[in-house]
Parts: sequence; structure tokens; C-alpha cells
Amino acid sequence: MLTQKFSRRSVLRAGAAAAIAAPAILRSGSAQAAGRLIKIGFVSPRSGALAQISEGDGFVLNKVLEALGGKIVIGDTTHDVQIIEKDTQSDANRAAELAAELILRDEVDIILAGLTPDTVNPVSDQAEANGVPCVTTGAPWESWYFGRGGEPGKTDFKWTNHFFWGSADLQAVYLELWQSQSTNKVVGALWPNDPDGIAFSDPAFGFPPVLAAQGFSLIDAGRFQNLKDDFSAEIAKFKSAGVEIVTGVMLSPDLATFLVQSKQQGFHPKIVTVAKAALTPTTVESFPDGLGENLSSEVYWGPQFPFHSSISGESAADLVAAYEAQTGSPWQQPIGFSYALLEVGIDALRRATALTPEAIGEAVRSTDLDTMLGHVKWGDLQGFPNVARTPLAIGQWQRDAERPAEHLVVTHNGHFPSVAIDGQFKPKVW
Amino acid sequence: MTIIYTIINGILLGGLYTLFGTGLALTFGIMRTVNLAHGDMIVFGSFMSLLITRFLGLPPFISLVVLIPAMFLVGQVLQHALLNRTLQQGVMPSVIMTFGLSVILQNAMLLSFSADRASLPIGSLATMSLPLSGDFAIGVLPLINLATAVLVLYLLHLFFRCTMMGRAFRATSDDPTTVELMGVSSRQMYALAMGIAFAVIAVSAVFMGARTNFSPLDGPARLIFAFEVVIIGGMGSLKGVLAGGLILGIAQALGGAVNPAWFQLAGHVATLLVLAVRPSGLFPETIDRT
Repeated sequence: MLTQKFSRRSVLRAGAAAAIAAPAILRSGSAQAAGRLIKIGFVSPRSGALAQISEGDGFVLNKVLEALGGKIVIGDTTHDVQIIEKDTQSDANRAAELAAELILRDEVDIILAGLTPDTVNPVSDQAEANGVPCVTTGAPWESWYFGRGGEPGKTDFKWTNHFFWGSADLQAVYLELWQSQSTNKVVGALWPNDPDGIAFSDPAFGFPPVLAAQGFSLIDAGRFQNLKDDFSAEIAKFKSAGVEIVTGVMLSPDLATFLVQSKQQGFHPKIVTVAKAALTPTTVESFPDGLGENLSSEVYWGPQFPFHSSISGESAADLVAAYEAQTGSPWQQPIGFSYALLEVGIDALRRATALTPEAIGEAVRSTDLDTMLGHVKWGDLQGFPNVARTPLAIGQWQRDAERPAEHLVVTHNGHFPSVAIDGQFKPKVW
Repeated sequence: MTIIYTIINGILLGGLYTLFGTGLALTFGIMRTVNLAHGDMIVFGSFMSLLITRFLGLPPFISLVVLIPAMFLVGQVLQHALLNRTLQQGVMPSVIMTFGLSVILQNAMLLSFSADRASLPIGSLATMSLPLSGDFAIGVLPLINLATAVLVLYLLHLFFRCTMMGRAFRATSDDPTTVELMGVSSRQMYALAMGIAFAVIAVSAVFMGARTNFSPLDGPARLIFAFEVVIIGGMGSLKGVLAGGLILGIAQALGGAVNPAWFQLAGHVATLLVLAVRPSGLFPETIDRT
């Protein structure tokens, strides 16, 4: 069938037709002089294991395109804009392939990528190698910078920039929370044998030195393998050491198993602060027997953040309300940084002096913009010229009579006081 | 004392693994093929139980009344319409087919249930416990799980030993050609066996969904433990499944008590040791088809 369709004759015919048509297309293009199609590549893990954190991307893309009316004005020329969405299927290798496809086949003007190092690192590497401007977010900046072989003070990526918080910010907000409560300062840690767990437990840059400096004693249960069905050894260890604060960076089924067994064994720590396992409302709701209630976790975006869209002027609270009205699902944090990512990209395009990779890249590098996620300006961190830090607060998944489902409230904002506090910290319920 | 607690925990964990392994042992024992979609089928069962819980308002354990017959049918249809077609071509095509099925199933579940994690709502039963001493308690749910696993195995044992149909199953396992001469359709037997395997999967699915939360991509992680249970216990042996499940659970618990990093490793080492010492498992029951 296929071979028949693409016979030598039909190909020749099509080629001839194209050759005849081409001058007409070229002529109409140059006669108008205005508006070529601007292509933005947008890469995120829309399906696969990470799909639940990019659930809001479809909404965000529509929202931004709607606000733009499908057009971008650069100087006094109006250009049509197209966002080409690519789904990594949560696979780092596929992310690299998709970035190459965007660059070589779709010939995009700028690439935006978000959510987890497995997405942003391979995409950034492709963009850097091919000389295409690229902005990323949604992964701690250290994983992006060091994960790509960056050397502090030496490496200055020409085409790629990243905005997000870093591990020092995370440690600072966790400690802020733990110090605000009266406990025996004994911390039990569940750090698995994966890149996150190893980074968190790093004796030089992870939690151990910070905890020691602040007078906390650490009971590290050791690097366990993800997805295990029994945590009784860890629980026995924590129980005998009198642990009152449990922390970790875990997969959600592991945290569920740990919480259930803790309750069975009568181990009831006052505070459970975890990264990764309690990011979205549906995940928190999925812990058996309501054990998701009063889990604490970092908050990187939400209606509590005092920021506005640079495109439509909407506030973070407006965006949350629109999301909940349109999708019927509770809001989740990644909406904010996917939105900000598009803002940074569109702002750079608007400021570009010409529609060439060099000019757009230059515009990206000179970004100085108030976005949905806060102020984005690269280079505010000494020695890391491609990185911008965004705010981080800490909060808790609480439930009350008014809202019976767990929702994320901000309880401490010491490091970014402009984030609104909308709840009092409560001890973990068991 | 700690070592006794650890072993008790291991035995309870073994109850879950025993249930995982039973379904796989049945397909292996009778059809002599490996169902690589076994883990995904368990996750599928958990989602089905969740749907029944939501739409019929039944508690998850009662949902088994609907789920077991439904899964029995699914298994039968799967074997009849799909896997029986490959019988003539040896073992490999059906293994590859179940591998493909595993991928399809994962993505179909992703599409229909999204990547959100879910759990079966069994309320406080999930966290209830019986205190054994001042500082040690055992969970009620794991205990029920272990009891159920033993009960399921006992019922299957009675079925295979004491009924005509059970005898027909064993005969089909040993020599499908001769069985055909006796007027038993081996294809029908295979379909029934897959149905029974799926009924057991339904039971393990409810326990898995109640114990922790699950998502469409969790299947392969469950498959590996089911595999190890069957390998330790001996291909196709029901007694062996219980032994395999308990050995795997205890090995993991002991390994984890020494060093958390050795939890899964200890289970794998136990499996390898059995493979090295007794390649056909502790209680091999199937005879070689030649």
C-alpha cells in the first residue's frame, strides 16, 4: 500500500507541484513583511510515573494562549504564536529525543521545559548543544546545575537558564518548622537509595551538618530501596531512640506503608515532614485511614503567594480559582511554575530585538520579570550565572469542618515573608 | 527479642507475598507459561475493587463478591481468546504476549484512572493492631491477610486433590495430549485455570490496595516478588507457595533489620540460594513434559 502511494511518479509530481507553488508562498510572505509564526516548544512529563504533577499543564497552556489571543507583539509587528507540546512519558531519554525533534524538525524559537531533573536536564543539554534558547523550572537548581556538569564560578551556560529553589532553601524551611515546635529535637530520617535520598543525606551538603549545627540529633535509618513493603525495622529504631520528628524524601506508597505500620506499632511522632511523597491533594488523600492529615511539606507555590501574572495581571489566587472551576480538581503547586515558565519565555520573545536564536537568547539572559512564581532574574546567586532562586515556604495538609478534604496551608514564611500564612501548625494526627 | 519481632513481621509480610505468588503458581503449574502481566493484573484488580466500592457503595472486602466472579471471567476470556491461540508454538509466544499485555494494561489504566495514587477505603482496619508486648504489636490487616492466604491455599489444595475437576487439572498439567484422549479439552482446562488464577488475583488486589496506595505503574514491582515466591517454593506447588512467601518475607525482614539497604537484596539472595541448591524449588510438583 505505502509503496504504491509513494511511487516514483507521484513523488516527482508532488515535487514539481511544490516547486511551482514555492515562489508564490515566498512572495506572499515577503510582501506582507509582518508576522511570522513563532514556535514555542513546551516539554513536560504529561504521562507515565510523573504525570500527576503535570496534570495542570493543559489548563496552563490554554490559559496563557487565551490571554495572548494567540499572538505576540514584538516591536510593532504582530506574530502568531504556536506552542508545541511534547510529552516525555516520564522518560529522560525520550525527553532528550523530543528536545532534538523540537530543534531540528519543528525549528522552534525557544524551548521551555519543566518538572523533575529527568525532564529539564536532558532538554537543557540538547538546547545548549544545538544553540537554542531554553528556560527550565520545577527541579531543585542544584540537580540542574551540578547534574549537567556545572562548576561553580566557571560554567556559564550560553543557551540555558533555570529558576527554582535549591536544597539550602529546603533545609532552611524544614528547620524553621522544626524549631518552631517544642520537641526533643530527635529527627528520624527516611532517605532512600536514590539520587534524592543520597543528596539529602550527603554529609557535606545534605541535612546532617545543618541538623548538627542547630542542635538536632539525627537517627538515620539508612539508605533503603524504594518500593518496599515493610518498614518495621526503621520504626523499631526510631521508637527506641525516641524520635519525635520524622523526615524523608520518599515515594508515596512507601510513606503510606510507613505511616500505617507506625500507627500499628504505636509510634506516633509529633511532626512528619516529607518531600516528594505529599505533593498533590489526590496523593495525600490516598493515604490509608486518613493518615495524610497534618503531613507537612514544602510549599513552592499556591494561592498564598502574593504574585501576579505578567501576561494577564491575574493573581495566584485567581489562577487557583480558575483552575478549580474549570477542572473540578483541587489546585496543585506545579500550575504556578508551569505558568511562570511560559511567562518568562513570552517576555523574552517580546523583548527580543530580532527573531534569531542569538537575539532571543540575549533577551532570555537579561530577564528581569515579576512572574506568577515571584521575581525571576538570573545571577542573583554568586557563582551561578544561569540560576534564579524562587520563594519557598513550608506548610501542612490540613482538614477542617469547612473543607473536609486535605488542603495545603502555609504555616511558616520566615524565609519569604511576603507569602501569606493561612493556618496554624498542628501536631500530626494518628 | 528483636529477632523474634523481626521474624513475626517477616511472616506477616510473607502472607502478602504468598497471595501474590498463588495466582502465578497456578498459571505456571497448569499452563507451564509465565504470565508477565501478573503484577499489572493485581493493580487492575485493585482499581476494579475501587470502582465497585465507589459505585455500589460496598466496603472493599465485600466488593470481592462481585470482583471474584468478574475477574474469573476476565481470566477465562483472556486465556480462551488470546493465550490459547499460541499453544502450538511453545512457551515463548505467550510470554511475549503477556509482556505486551502488561504494557497495554499499564497505559490503559493510566488513561482511564490517571497517574493519581489511590487506596481502598477500609477505615481504621488499616491501622488496627494487637499488642503482643509493651513495645511490640502486630497489625490486624496483615494478620487477616496471612490467614486468607493460608485459607485460599487450603481450598485450592482440596479442590485439586479431592474433586474430579481438580484431577483433570493435574492431568492436564502433566500431559495435555493424553488428557485429550480421555475426553478432556485441555484448552477448556487452561481457560478455567486462568479464571481461578484471576480469582486469586482479585483477593490479593484487595489486600494490596488496602495496605498501601497504588497507581497504574506499580505492577512490575509486584511481579518480581510473585516470581521469587514461585521460584523458592517450586514450580506449581501450592505448599511451596506458602513456604516461598514466608521465606521471602522473613529474608527481607531480617535483611532489612541488619541494614535497610539489604531489605530487597536479602529476598533476592534467598531466591538465588534456593536456585543454586535446588533449581526446581523446595517442593517441585510438576513433572517435566518431554
